[in-house]
Amino acid sequence: MQLSGRGVTCVRGGREVFSGLDFTAASGEALAVMGRNGSGKTSLLRLIAGLLVPAGGSIALAGGDAELTLPEQCHYLGHRDALKPALSVAENLSFWADFLGGERFDAIENLAAVGLDHATHLPAAFLSAGQRRRLSLARLLTVRRPVWLLDEPTTALDAAGQDMFGGLMRDHLSRGGLIIAATHAPLGIESRELRIGGAA
Amino acid sequence: MTALSALIHRDIRIALRVGGGALIGVLFFLTVVVLMPFAVGPDLALLSRLGPAILWLGALLASLLTLDRLFMADHDDGSLDLITMSRTPLELACAAKALAHWLAAGLPLIVATPVLGLLLNLDMVATGAVALTLLAGTPALTFTGMIGAALAVTLHRGGLLMAVLVLPLSIPVLIFGVAASQAAITGPLSFGAPFSILCALSLVSLVIGPFAAAASLKHGLD
Repeated sequence: MQLSGRGVTCVRGGREVFSGLDFTAASGEALAVMGRNGSGKTSLLRLIAGLLVPAGGSIALAGGDAELTLPEQCHYLGHRDALKPALSVAENLSFWADFLGGERFDAIENLAAVGLDHATHLPAAFLSAGQRRRLSLARLLTVRRPVWLLDEPTTALDAAGQDMFGGLMRDHLSRGGLIIAATHAPLGIESRELRIGGAA
Repeated sequence: MTALSALIHRDIRIALRVGGGALIGVLFFLTVVVLMPFAVGPDLALLSRLGPAILWLGALLASLLTLDRLFMADHDDGSLDLITMSRTPLELACAAKALAHWLAAGLPLIVATPVLGLLLNLDMVATGAVALTLLAGTPALTFTGMIGAALAVTLHRGGLLMAVLVLPLSIPVLIFGVAASQAAITGPLSFGAPFSILCALSLVSLVIGPFAAAASLKHGLD
């Protein structure tokens, strides 16, 4: 499986964010997208996720499930955690598992994997920022998708959380998945660097 | 559980738990209808003549009150991104959200109608007629309102814009809803004609609403 972009151009609000961007990432590989603020890291992830339309170029996944589109094979972990404060931790995770469909794994087991098994019935409104991010990570584990698009994934995670997340990413890569992460800090795993928009 | 039933269950659960759906809508409906006799005065004949219109106006405004957050909450917390990326067509997801909204906020208005009919001096037949027209017409309010809710997300404006966009689309529903109720109560027009048009408006909005809302949301991706 290989994700590739050729001559990708992004225009937002009439401003060209980047143009002619080429990249590739294969199974088992992590690509760390780096660049200064406003260089288009998040925009690149949203282009891959199909949440933005490229102004030029193309993005394609070779070797994936031919019956599914690229966005349907991606998990997108953005700045916002897609959690409902009125629902409990388990209800939030269970909803996304039901809604996203596909191959599904045990939600409670995955809450334990991210260190939230003690808060299963707690409304998400009472979670800290780090716990909310952990719950979002549990979503990636409960519904398996080969491509992880991560936007500043370690934001709000403490040192132990970052170590835990590093293990989850390594496990995902060992299963043949691929990761594209926009980040300012080292990812904590072996990764290739894609720099956009000049020096950070 | 399928994706769509999961979405419907989640939205109903949130609406009932937060109190932003059924409770606020019914309370607003109750407030409008209870205040009206004080404004009109103790003329029971006038009240029963105005009753269907008052109930319909109350239902329309109560429906609008809760509609503007239909997509905004999902947009604000990032859920809309994941819904857009999912295997479920966005049109179906929009339809499921609108159905959930109607079940949580529209249906309670219909259930409350018999009680509120008493305050407006409506007899059993009149109350039944209004409840039946609301049952047929409120889906049209929800599914046309959904278009405005999607535009409010796309244009990053809620509140007044939503009302300005949706109210003109709601006027035919209001006209035929009240006309059917009055026909059932006082005649001389037949109940069937305006009621059939009301049902047709709901069916048309059931088809057009999800497509228009999904197109608006897709166009407004950022």
